[in-house]
Amino acid sequence: MTYEKRSDGRKFDELRPMEAKVGVIPRADGSAMFKTGKTIAYAAVYGPRQLHPSHMRNPETGILRCNYNMMSFSGSGERVRPGPSRRSKEIGLVMEKALLPVLDLSGFPNSVVDVFVELLQTDAGTRCAGITAASLALADAGFMMKDLVAAVSVGKVGDKLVTDVNKEEEDFEEGATDVPIAMLPRTGQITLLQLDGKVSKDELKTLLENAKKATKEIYEVQKQALKEKYGAK
Amino acid sequence: MEKINVKDKDLVVPGEIIAESMDYIPAAGTYRDGNSIIASQVGIVSIEGRLVKLIPLSGRYVPRSGDTVIGKVTSVGFNNWFVDIGYANEAVLPLKEATSEYIDKGADLSRYYDFGDYIACQVIRVTRSMAIDLSMRGPGLRKLNGGKIIYITPSKVPRVIGKQGSMINLIKDKTGCKISVGQNGWVWIQADDPKSEMIATKAVEEINKKAQNSGLTEHITSLLSKETGK
Amino acid sequence: MVNGSKKYIKALLQKGLREDGRKLDEYRNVEIEYGVSAKSAEGSARVKIGGTEVVAGVKMEVGEPFPDKPDQGTIVVNAELLPLSSPDFESGPPGVDSIELSRVVDRGIRESKTIDFKKLCIKSGEKVWLLFIDIYPINNEGNLFDAAALAAFAALKDAKFPVYDEKTEKVKYDEKTEKHVPLENLPMACTVLKIDDKFIIDPLIAEEKAADARVTTVSIEDGSICAMQKGGEKPLNSEELVKMVELSLSKAAEFRKAFK
Repeated sequence: MTYEKRSDGRKFDELRPMEAKVGVIPRADGSAMFKTGKTIAYAAVYGPRQLHPSHMRNPETGILRCNYNMMSFSGSGERVRPGPSRRSKEIGLVMEKALLPVLDLSGFPNSVVDVFVELLQTDAGTRCAGITAASLALADAGFMMKDLVAAVSVGKVGDKLVTDVNKEEEDFEEGATDVPIAMLPRTGQITLLQLDGKVSKDELKTLLENAKKATKEIYEVQKQALKEKYGAK
Repeated sequence: MEKINVKDKDLVVPGEIIAESMDYIPAAGTYRDGNSIIASQVGIVSIEGRLVKLIPLSGRYVPRSGDTVIGKVTSVGFNNWFVDIGYANEAVLPLKEATSEYIDKGADLSRYYDFGDYIACQVIRVTRSMAIDLSMRGPGLRKLNGGKIIYITPSKVPRVIGKQGSMINLIKDKTGCKISVGQNGWVWIQADDPKSEMIATKAVEEINKKAQNSGLTEHITSLLSKETGK
Repeated sequence: MVNGSKKYIKALLQKGLREDGRKLDEYRNVEIEYGVSAKSAEGSARVKIGGTEVVAGVKMEVGEPFPDKPDQGTIVVNAELLPLSSPDFESGPPGVDSIELSRVVDRGIRESKTIDFKKLCIKSGEKVWLLFIDIYPINNEGNLFDAAALAAFAALKDAKFPVYDEKTEKVKYDEKTEKHVPLENLPMACTVLKIDDKFIIDPLIAEEKAADARVTTVSIEDGSICAMQKGGEKPLNSEELVKMVELSLSKAAEFRKAFK
């Protein structure tokens, strides 16, 4: 089945319009809001701080703990029952793995760095928006980071390879493959990769190249948001 | 190819390539990857000779031995006190470091420092697992009575103090406040008149916000003149 | 970290001053934004009181009425103290503070009769509208009660009914009607704190930590009181309570003028 034109008129390799703001939650040590299309994610970082329960403490390093949640009214369609779901727990875990490689928490033994991501409105690409916002929040909190982390969902809709899959494309009747990827923009190293659908090996290679290009673009938006907050006033 | 991508005093974010050159040495807040020196924090570039480092613009306090800090007593033990200095775990003030007086065994330690007291103290030991020991023995170290505590970003403390104390003395002179600045970003301000305390607070918070701007001294001087009418 | 120890806040108040320079009965700047989650929620709003920021959303479902109220729909209020918004909030199922906040906001809306539940009836005894109001703080700098109540009410004001397909008995969430939820009486919550012998409006976190008692009063346009909640560990005598309620009513009236 051919996918002639994208449902929202974008080019196949075009990202949705993005908006990023840093420091939106002053009570937190670091925070950010990241918006892509209609998906809006907030991230707050608290830490390093005391870790309870004490049996989770690691005497060699601080640990990173990521929590992902969708507000009950944030999904299209029915209300989402409040509370953690299996999906949100899995996303919390992959977010942690996506962010940890850029951090060095060995200077904070026995403590925890908590990252909270909340979705105000969802239109696909939520875990990617969450990771992008979380990485900004960590930078805002002053952590040493090898690079920022930028994430995007690439994929295959019908017969076309696309960048930044939206909800309609995710639900494409004739089949869609969704591939959320998180990358370190400077080196293209991959810290998160998930896939569900069906693609060939060559298509996957192209998708990785497309993700590299896209995450570099996202990095520019992230950089701009940090410079806006910290630039000379 | 040798090149520097940014100027001294530019703002950079993690992952930005500061220089592509083997001539420079990466220092605090930067690292080398092959030919490139990369920023690993949000900070202001500072190039001194061949050394490239970053002045961080945010970040919680990490205790170092020798730091003078302000802390809050959170509990009183039999032979020590626990003190919150704004780090993930609390610091300990051992009995023998509490004062130059002799304290009897079995004495009621809260007579010296009680729960809720603020103290200007020094970090004397930090272990690898971040156990922190404090001392009250040293010039200027004392219990801070009355006044208020405000919190600023630790990396901005040098700007609040100024060259040889010039900035902090400016604020003290214009407002008549007693002010003590901890390396942990805790600042103690005390005056008999709450309005003076508020003006001093405003000045310190303004420095915290605009620390990397040039002309900061003039800006704070005019802010103080406006607020105090002096 | 919040400025101001208990001792300091109390000493300032005795001099008639507050940490941020406000008068004892002065509100911080209030901002309301509607439709902040317009794509997904039937109604949504963001409220800022000074630095305190709360968002609320309304989702509508169709269900069976309670057997004793066959021609009435209802509301369900859920407030969660997100750990995102404060270092003092923990992860996990709603604690007793979240529950208190939910129930106080619920009573304010319910008892003020701002919604005529009969207008939520689709088919008596069979189908009614259920309005779920979910409230989330984004940044807590004090006075969540007032901010949450205002956000919930603003989200209701913003809400429009989706299309209900009687044949399939399903709600079509992607098709909204232009029909708003009819609201009356404009309930306003106003929280007053007692610290020593002083009463203050719109408290900051440091003031909440120094408070002896807290009284939240929800009132409607004609000055009637429809919900109250006392919190805090110290008791109040009647004169103090009445003073606090009077202060709350006069501020609510001021507020209502601005809200309109």
